[in-house]
Amino acid sequence: MAASVSASTLLAPAPLPATPPAEKLPLAAVALGLLALLVAATAADPARARLSMYVALFLLSIGTLTWAALKFGRPPAGVRHDHLWQRASTSRGAIAWALGVALTGFYVVLYWFPAYLENLIRTLDPLSQLLRGKPADQWFLYGTFYTLAVLLMGGRALWKYRHSRYQLIRTGSVMFFQLGFSFLLPGLLLLLQKPEFYFSYFWPLKYDYLFPGTVSYLLRDGQALGVFMVFWGAVMSFLATPVLTYFFGKRWYCSWVCGCGGLAETAGDPYRHLADKSRAAWRWEVRLIYPILGFIILVTVLLWVAASGAVPAVQPLAEGLSKTYGFVIGSVFSGVIGVGFYPIMGARVWCRFGCPMAAYLGLLQKHFSRFRITTNGGQCISCGNCSNVCEMGIDVKQYAQRGEPIIRAACVGCGLCSTACPRGVLNLENGPRTGRYQASALIHSDSLRILS
Amino acid sequence: MRLVIIGNGITGVTAALTVRRLRPAAHITLVSAETKHHYSRTALMYVYMGHLRYPDIKPYEDWFWAENRLELVHATATALDTEAQTVTLSTGQALPYDKLLLATGSVSRFAAWPGRQLAGVQGLYGLPDLEQMARDTRGISQAVVVGGGLIGVELAEMLHSRGISVTVLVRDAHYWGSVLPPEEGRLVQQQFAENHVPVRYLTDLREILGDAHGRVRAVVTTAGEEIACQWVGVATGVQPNLSLAQLSAVETDQGILVDERLQTSVPHVYAAGDCAQHRQPGAGEVAVEQLWYTGRMQGEAVAHTICGQATPYRRGIWFNSAKFFNLEYQTYGQVPARPTAGIESFYWQHPDGRQALRINFESAGGHAVLGFNALGLRLRHEVCAGWIGTRTPVHAVLEQLGAANFDPEFFRQHEPAIVAAFAAAYPQQPVGLRRRKGLWGRLSGPV
Repeated sequence: MAASVSASTLLAPAPLPATPPAEKLPLAAVALGLLALLVAATAADPARARLSMYVALFLLSIGTLTWAALKFGRPPAGVRHDHLWQRASTSRGAIAWALGVALTGFYVVLYWFPAYLENLIRTLDPLSQLLRGKPADQWFLYGTFYTLAVLLMGGRALWKYRHSRYQLIRTGSVMFFQLGFSFLLPGLLLLLQKPEFYFSYFWPLKYDYLFPGTVSYLLRDGQALGVFMVFWGAVMSFLATPVLTYFFGKRWYCSWVCGCGGLAETAGDPYRHLADKSRAAWRWEVRLIYPILGFIILVTVLLWVAASGAVPAVQPLAEGLSKTYGFVIGSVFSGVIGVGFYPIMGARVWCRFGCPMAAYLGLLQKHFSRFRITTNGGQCISCGNCSNVCEMGIDVKQYAQRGEPIIRAACVGCGLCSTACPRGVLNLENGPRTGRYQASALIHSDSLRILS
Repeated sequence: MRLVIIGNGITGVTAALTVRRLRPAAHITLVSAETKHHYSRTALMYVYMGHLRYPDIKPYEDWFWAENRLELVHATATALDTEAQTVTLSTGQALPYDKLLLATGSVSRFAAWPGRQLAGVQGLYGLPDLEQMARDTRGISQAVVVGGGLIGVELAEMLHSRGISVTVLVRDAHYWGSVLPPEEGRLVQQQFAENHVPVRYLTDLREILGDAHGRVRAVVTTAGEEIACQWVGVATGVQPNLSLAQLSAVETDQGILVDERLQTSVPHVYAAGDCAQHRQPGAGEVAVEQLWYTGRMQGEAVAHTICGQATPYRRGIWFNSAKFFNLEYQTYGQVPARPTAGIESFYWQHPDGRQALRINFESAGGHAVLGFNALGLRLRHEVCAGWIGTRTPVHAVLEQLGAANFDPEFFRQHEPAIVAAFAAAYPQQPVGLRRRKGLWGRLSGPV
């Protein structure tokens, strides 16, 4: 008879194979790059700071891409999750906490103490002049780092998931939208003396795009292009979003276009398994995300009421709420917590618990969409790999082991559950809405209460 | 009704859940010596490799059991008195029952090799085995795995992930020779080769050699080769765990003998899953089934019988799946490992050896499709089972092949190449591909 399990051995740190010598060189380049970044941030001499910055960007880029090519490109193509829960960097160990603190600290400085970044900002002046025709500011620095993170870690994701054409094309898409629509195009608009505008962000995520202040500014200063921008924003929010979500699910935006999603899918890929899969976490998700959507709708409506002048008393209330939303949700939640907590809570904390666009898309996906993840008959073995890789914290196996399709408001359609499934059980599909919830007849799902 | 279930594996738990659904008032107790909570045995390898942690392989969160009034007892059942209808536990407690389900699973099967008792020699069946393996493979550099089945390749992959050199001994001429035809076996061999895992075919274990401390230091194969190693994984199959049943009046043979309703020789005592041996298995079926899927189906069937809705166990159209390193495998219906009279076997393989499809069909009559083997391709279970169940002619299957495609979006579709290969192999059976993949294709295409 089997002995009782203490699980002590399984909890003890597993011996990790040594990093192959070939991978140590590019990793050293990354470390040197970070060091050079520190020099650039603190150097008194501007020329020296600039040189350090260029050296840093070069070393970080070449180091990350070479390391990824060696680590994922040399072994046979396939799911590579060995030691995910054993490494300190990806299992909430000391390295993860240190990185989390550093990232959180960076956001705090960026939002509220940008003076400390002055050195780094100035090093980007030549690039900013070239692209935007004006000196760099803290947001240009942030945009540059952000885009670089998406591109470099996107390169890593392309190597890692090269066996899946869905993952290759999707990763290529988020890299394209970040570089083109969130970095180059807004810069180009500035260069041409036009309003800076992000065509890939919409209300209610980019909430001020439908605020009366922004609309009147675009209409006033943007001429014909400004009118188009207002038109574009309104059409994307109220027409294109429901139509595209009907046909493809929330994924057309969250894991193909969105910049927040783009960072999560690339830089956040090593942390996707850290999303909490418990029922308690799901309850928090529902408690937070829908009130936040309601909050931003209320703020927008109040601002328009105030702007119309119909009820003058609304003006201070609307402005106060708008400022509160901007600070608490726009800055603290989406930035500081959203990215700062990547190595601890996974890369989709903002998308899952806070983003009002995700809430809006999720309601559409749940109730007015053809999208679902199909379970393949009775083939599920309850291994849990699908739930593990779900960055949105969906306990996918609860559905798969019952033969049920997965239709959840949170699902961003990244497709990793399907990629990671060792038995070919899950598939993202857009199909007719009739029978969308139909479970497989090959496995008899029970009627027990699983979820709240 | 007081139902006591011995064993909290997939069979016992499926039975418990089904009884809870059919009899909301039943008092259900699950007894397990191994773990307090149900976990997925098939996922043990992922815990060792660090893909998952132990809590991640529990199919249900811990609150689930109390909320559904399923009582969990973490103890060994030491005695069974079928007269008094009582199970005695290692804690001294006596559990009375109205109905008893024995779902005690399996134990690893060891041949009588010299040296099998040495430290560092073990099988992999349960969590205690995994703990032992984690402990005994720490810091070692070489291992040997004996057995060319599913657990053999899993053990090789696990050890490989920790940088331990592993040699696999396979008795047959190719991998999993009792189940896979040679072509499929070659593709699995390609996976071993790509991952630099040497395999010795037509080779068995002769002897395990130990050092002065009673630890394994090498094995000697039937070919006379001595392979140095500090750990030996025995993956030569499992046999029913009869430790409780044999102490009772319940009749046993290889397993606990059951009729088609999964009733044992003793009233109110049932057995299902790995530990059960069918007195009269169906045609072409084996008496002892040791799979996740059959365990689940038997658990469901026996639950109905326990609740008074006598249900004979019918496993239906066969299906199974596995993954060999990076190569996924799915099978539906009958696909014998060797050529069989009356069965025609069409095999297609992509030139790079990463995808293959075998379609078996009757060589005479209506050429009804009998089975599928898919490697590196995902097939839709419902569609394949539907074709086999309705005896669809093979040419109709090929014309509609896209309806069975379960590969993710944007994956290359191989149906045109498969149909072309079939047309070349069987010119007397003209076929043309008429349906591509997708839900729309399934519903809107010609039937």
